[in-house]
Amino acid sequence: MNRAWSPFNVTSVVAGFAFLYIPILLLIIYSFNESKLVTVWAGFSVKWYAAAFANEALVSAAWVTLRVALVSATAATILGTLAALALAKFTRFRGRFLFSGMVYAPLVMPEVITGLSLLLLFVAMNVDRGIETVIMAHITFSMCFVAVVVQSRLAGLDRSLEEAALDLGATPIRAFFSVTLPIIAPAVLAGWMLAFTLSLDDLVIAQFNSGPGATTLPMKIFSQVRLGVTPEINAVCTILVGLVASGVIIASVTMKRRDVRRMRAEQLAARG
Amino acid sequence: MNKQVASFRRSFQPWDDIDATPFIEFRNVTKRYGAVTAVNDLSLKIFEREFFALLGPSGCGKTTLMRMLAGFEEVSAGSVLLAGNDLVGVPPYRRPVNMMFQSYALFPHMSVEKNIAFGLKQEGMAKADIAARVSKMLELVKMEAFAKRKPDQLSGGQRQRVALARSLAKQPKVLLLDEPLGALDRKLREETQFELVDLQENLGITFMIVTHDQQEAMTVADRIAVMDHGRIVQTAPPTEIYERPQSRYVADFLGDINLVEATFAGTTKGTVSLETSQGGTLKTVGDVSATKGDVVWFAVRPEKLEISRTKPASGDNLFFGEVWDIAYLGDQTAYRVKLDNGIFVKASVLNTRVDVDNPITWEDRVWLSCAPDAAMVLSA
Repeated sequence: MNRAWSPFNVTSVVAGFAFLYIPILLLIIYSFNESKLVTVWAGFSVKWYAAAFANEALVSAAWVTLRVALVSATAATILGTLAALALAKFTRFRGRFLFSGMVYAPLVMPEVITGLSLLLLFVAMNVDRGIETVIMAHITFSMCFVAVVVQSRLAGLDRSLEEAALDLGATPIRAFFSVTLPIIAPAVLAGWMLAFTLSLDDLVIAQFNSGPGATTLPMKIFSQVRLGVTPEINAVCTILVGLVASGVIIASVTMKRRDVRRMRAEQLAARG
Repeated sequence: MNKQVASFRRSFQPWDDIDATPFIEFRNVTKRYGAVTAVNDLSLKIFEREFFALLGPSGCGKTTLMRMLAGFEEVSAGSVLLAGNDLVGVPPYRRPVNMMFQSYALFPHMSVEKNIAFGLKQEGMAKADIAARVSKMLELVKMEAFAKRKPDQLSGGQRQRVALARSLAKQPKVLLLDEPLGALDRKLREETQFELVDLQENLGITFMIVTHDQQEAMTVADRIAVMDHGRIVQTAPPTEIYERPQSRYVADFLGDINLVEATFAGTTKGTVSLETSQGGTLKTVGDVSATKGDVVWFAVRPEKLEISRTKPASGDNLFFGEVWDIAYLGDQTAYRVKLDNGIFVKASVLNTRVDVDNPITWEDRVWLSCAPDAAMVLSA
């Protein structure tokens, strides 16, 4: 490409990135601030990281969040994959339209409504709120994201692959585990990661459905911020940003590598 | 091909034997999808070691018929028998039938070796036996050097070979081929057709192929069934189906045909006389169930028409017109001649010599003719 960068392009790119990343950059910089006052720079220090790890309430909230995210992402992945399979496989069944609509509706449903309705359900069923209810709520709203991701992969999948497995003597269950699942595995994994991140940073739904002893990290951060932003919170947030960023980078690098390898293989095949 | 096989092939005509037991039998099979009838009350017998082709345009039900034998579709009515056993209700993974898919359906996450071994593994075969069979299969399709490659590291022709090896690995009683060569280029396709024939003869397995390519069907098959709208319109060996089609549909589907509408006048000493609307007489041979005055069709293939600028001596089946189009195809030249009554007739001539003096060209006035036994009469 020999298209030169026009001043307009440069400005818009710089402004766009600045808009997106300056707040986060600021947060990261101030997490290394010596001063107790968030907005006054007083030199480099990592003491707030130490303080964050020493803060038992914060650490326990982090553990709750991690547990919720792991369990709910896994369950949502299983349920979402099943829903996607049903939608991809049975193209004609009574109520398919309604079913697919119901799977996708939570995507656009305001979180407040999802959270509130789940709360009402738990109250009506007389379920004590705690970590279990948060997990169930997270499964509910994140499984539709998994379903969407997996279904898009299934849509591009050659149906005759599974038929070939059946034809060669594999029972439907074995055909699924030995052929379909390995092929859609990247999408299932991507769905899991999506569900995991969604659960990790959800505040609204957790707020509605959690009970005593089940405070998640976003809830904890939010409640502390109301009493004033401390550099400690900045440190915790920086760790979170680091985790998410490295996850995204690892995922995209592995995908990229796979593509490159595949392209090279295809060129090799074309040559001879 | 060894001599024994060749002589076996020459005498192989079980379909003419009334006592022969069919190996595969479709009995009054109907398949409906909602209001659409894909296969309509169809009966068909296929014999052991036969290479059978289902030929027809897309949507004629040929693939549905094959998928019912493989077990991917259940019949709506009727029964499908294999070696005397009713297959209705038997799932695909319990049928002694294997299929080669149009898309090849190779498992992308497995190497060539693993793909071929897949079916054997499902059987619970011992590891050493699997390895032996896989290497035998690789040898059969000449893919030994590619055992460790993944499908996307193979060319189209190589993938086709792997798919064939995989479907043959379990030594099925019947191999189903769904448009197996559709994705290959012409040269490779023609080569592969002969390889398929040799393979089938050497293995002695019954092959059933679905194709819309009439040339492919005629090259590989012992018998061809031509399908139309969920029914079989004619089942016969290639020569018979080409030279003695039973209807205009079959005649037109396999190769080119010139049709002239006429009325049946009578049969004398095996010669059928027809009258055209212009009052001319056409003569042909063949059996036709018609009575005087019935509308029938005089049919002649382009290569059986002779073309010349001088009036031929024999006076049968003469047409006169002007050369309208010429298509030089290398091995042959096809002429489209506009008769004086406005009808177009196709004639083709083999180019047996390099240079021809004064060749027939555009706007030449030409005579077309054919002997009575080069033409046929169709009543349907």
